[in-house]
Amino acid sequence: MSAILPPQHRIWWKQPVDRIEIIWVVIAFVWCMIMFFMMPYWHVFGKQNLSPETYKVKPELFAKATQDMVDKYTVREEGENKVPVVAPPAGSDVYLIARLWDWWPILELKKGETYRLNLTAMDYQHGFSLQPENINIQVLPGYQHVVTITPNRSGQYAIVCNEFCGIGHHKMVSRLYVK
Amino acid sequence: MGGSMATAQAQYRVCPRTGLQFHKSAESLIKLNAVAAVVALLVGGILALLIVLTRWQAIHLIDADNFYLQLTAHGLDMLVVWIIFFEIAVLYFCSSTLLRCRLATPRIAWLAWALMVIGAITFNVAIFSGNATVMMTSYVPMPAHPAFYLGLILFAVGALIGCFIFLGTLVVAKAEKTYEGSVPLVTFGALTACIIAIFTIASGAIILIPTFLWSVGYIKHIDPAMYRVIWWAFGHSSQQINVSAHIAVWYAIAAIVFGAKPMSERVSRSAFLLYILFLQLASAHHILADPAVGTEWKIFNTSYAMYLAVLASMLHGLTVPGAIEAAQREKGYTKGLFEWLRKAPWGNPVFSGMFMSLVGFGFLGGISGVMMGTEQLNMIIHNTIYVPGHFHATVVLGTTLAFMSLTYFLLPTLFNREMILPGWAKAQPYIFGLGMGVFTLAMMGAGTLGVPRRHWDITFAGAALPYEYPGTALLMIAIFGVAGVIAVVGGAMYIVITVGTILFGKKLDAGAWSTKVSPLRLPVQAALTGHGGHGGGFGVPGTFVLAMVFLVAFVLYYFVNWKYLSTVWGLS
Repeated sequence: MSAILPPQHRIWWKQPVDRIEIIWVVIAFVWCMIMFFMMPYWHVFGKQNLSPETYKVKPELFAKATQDMVDKYTVREEGENKVPVVAPPAGSDVYLIARLWDWWPILELKKGETYRLNLTAMDYQHGFSLQPENINIQVLPGYQHVVTITPNRSGQYAIVCNEFCGIGHHKMVSRLYVK
Repeated sequence: MGGSMATAQAQYRVCPRTGLQFHKSAESLIKLNAVAAVVALLVGGILALLIVLTRWQAIHLIDADNFYLQLTAHGLDMLVVWIIFFEIAVLYFCSSTLLRCRLATPRIAWLAWALMVIGAITFNVAIFSGNATVMMTSYVPMPAHPAFYLGLILFAVGALIGCFIFLGTLVVAKAEKTYEGSVPLVTFGALTACIIAIFTIASGAIILIPTFLWSVGYIKHIDPAMYRVIWWAFGHSSQQINVSAHIAVWYAIAAIVFGAKPMSERVSRSAFLLYILFLQLASAHHILADPAVGTEWKIFNTSYAMYLAVLASMLHGLTVPGAIEAAQREKGYTKGLFEWLRKAPWGNPVFSGMFMSLVGFGFLGGISGVMMGTEQLNMIIHNTIYVPGHFHATVVLGTTLAFMSLTYFLLPTLFNREMILPGWAKAQPYIFGLGMGVFTLAMMGAGTLGVPRRHWDITFAGAALPYEYPGTALLMIAIFGVAGVIAVVGGAMYIVITVGTILFGKKLDAGAWSTKVSPLRLPVQAALTGHGGHGGGFGVPGTFVLAMVFLVAFVLYYFVNWKYLSTVWGLS
């Protein structure tokens, strides 16, 4: 009999199972449990976990908090559009706005220090993609996501948008500095 | 009463080559759905070529507007139209043909087909008129023309009706006693696909109907986080329909080509059952890098604490080649570990395509899928081109190649035509499979280097503050371009062979039509010694070695990714 015919034995569920299948079921199951275990394990012992801290937020309020930070901590301006480069103190809340089609402002952080990075989108959905680090986080309008970050290497980074957000999507790229 | 009348009028023929029995209405509907599928594949394939030649930065063929438009159409025409039409054909085949009964309510099946065609045309018109460049996922609040959502809803309703006709046909077969005992394993797999499809389409309705109402102004706001959770209950589960369907096709091909029987019905059917039980909220895989849902929710729903859907695929990964090995060993290919595999019919596209589908789906699609489905690892993958790399390995290398292989079996038996260009058919699975294999690997490589998906220009020409990807990433994209073109050539060969055969192939004896249902009897069965289970033995050592190779690759790659994750910035 074959797989395109009804089972040869009517009571097929009482037929013996090959030893190879049983061994493989056990191995595969153990491996699946290890893979499950790794996630909570990393939350306890690992250093890279995505924060669940989220708030519903009105875009104007988030924009105001961002503007306050820019007013206080701008160190210089960059690019044709004179995007402010902001160096907020370590440990503080830093704000980053995703909108059609840029990231605003440019953050300048210190290596080894910890910051509370606040993310939101003003219009459509966007994707925060930090390069070349390759950390990727979804950014949704109406939600404020607070991610605690600790840069471990200094240098110039790029923030690419990796969620399709319309015709200017591929020009939505900005910078981030770590000193 | 009504049932017996319908039986008396029904027309059946038995294919003289395969012994399969076709009910006339079912046969027409299987053909019709398969043809619609191939038309969609043609459209999607042309778009694939344009897209790959655009993302390949050295060529960068089409402009940004048209690129995003065509990418939207490519996703829907391939992932939705091609695959679901073919799956409806598979459902009718696995019920009416394999159970040797009439198809339930053929008139309504025509209606289902018509709804799907109208739906597909509707959303394609919306897209190609430039009013719905929102990608397949159509994340709110980016708006599309109402016709886009309406087309999707019509298509889904048609597919849902098709699912119920499949279930109805199972009832007919049971009531009219056209088979004995339990349904065949392949039909059982198709039933799994059907049940998941019903859940999937319900989720799609829950999110697409309000989104349609939002697009016409009756609803003010759709929450983007809620949209993603429910949309992916539709979007991800629909991929599980494909997995169930193409695994059913693997078992069918193993049975057709080798006369292979399942190693054990119990293990294979339990594995199918696990897909149903552990996939309800598979949308979690797509929300792992999102705000608005908690860590515990993510970890639990991405794995159900056990990853039993992964376990299910790992079981099929053993039992399908295991069934082939057992059948080959009974034919005398017993030398060493792998004579059964070496002496397999590698020149038969039905087999070669199926086997590459199995290996590609497991090694490339399966392993990469688990990486993305791990809460923390997702952060170094989310929305990069790794993601389409993964799902081209599952639904193109896995599902599409499996369906192509099945087509080579169906052409003579369903369409009664001798295949034209047999040399092309022999080469096609290799060209398509190897092209697609390299294509997906290059995408995963580029994704690991941070290259985004759905992106027109990763050189950021014209951007105020551009970023330069490492040279390796651009090299990966060039390899992706070359391999993508090779895969498109393989796809084009498939279309030439199938369409050419249906139109110009030599007509074969179809078998006479009669009103009588013929009993279950297949020529392939004669070749089989009715061996029982392999209980207690160690009958398939070669397959076990292959499975262990797979496991080692899986474990190594899994921990390499954790190692990589441990080097990035601290996040909490």
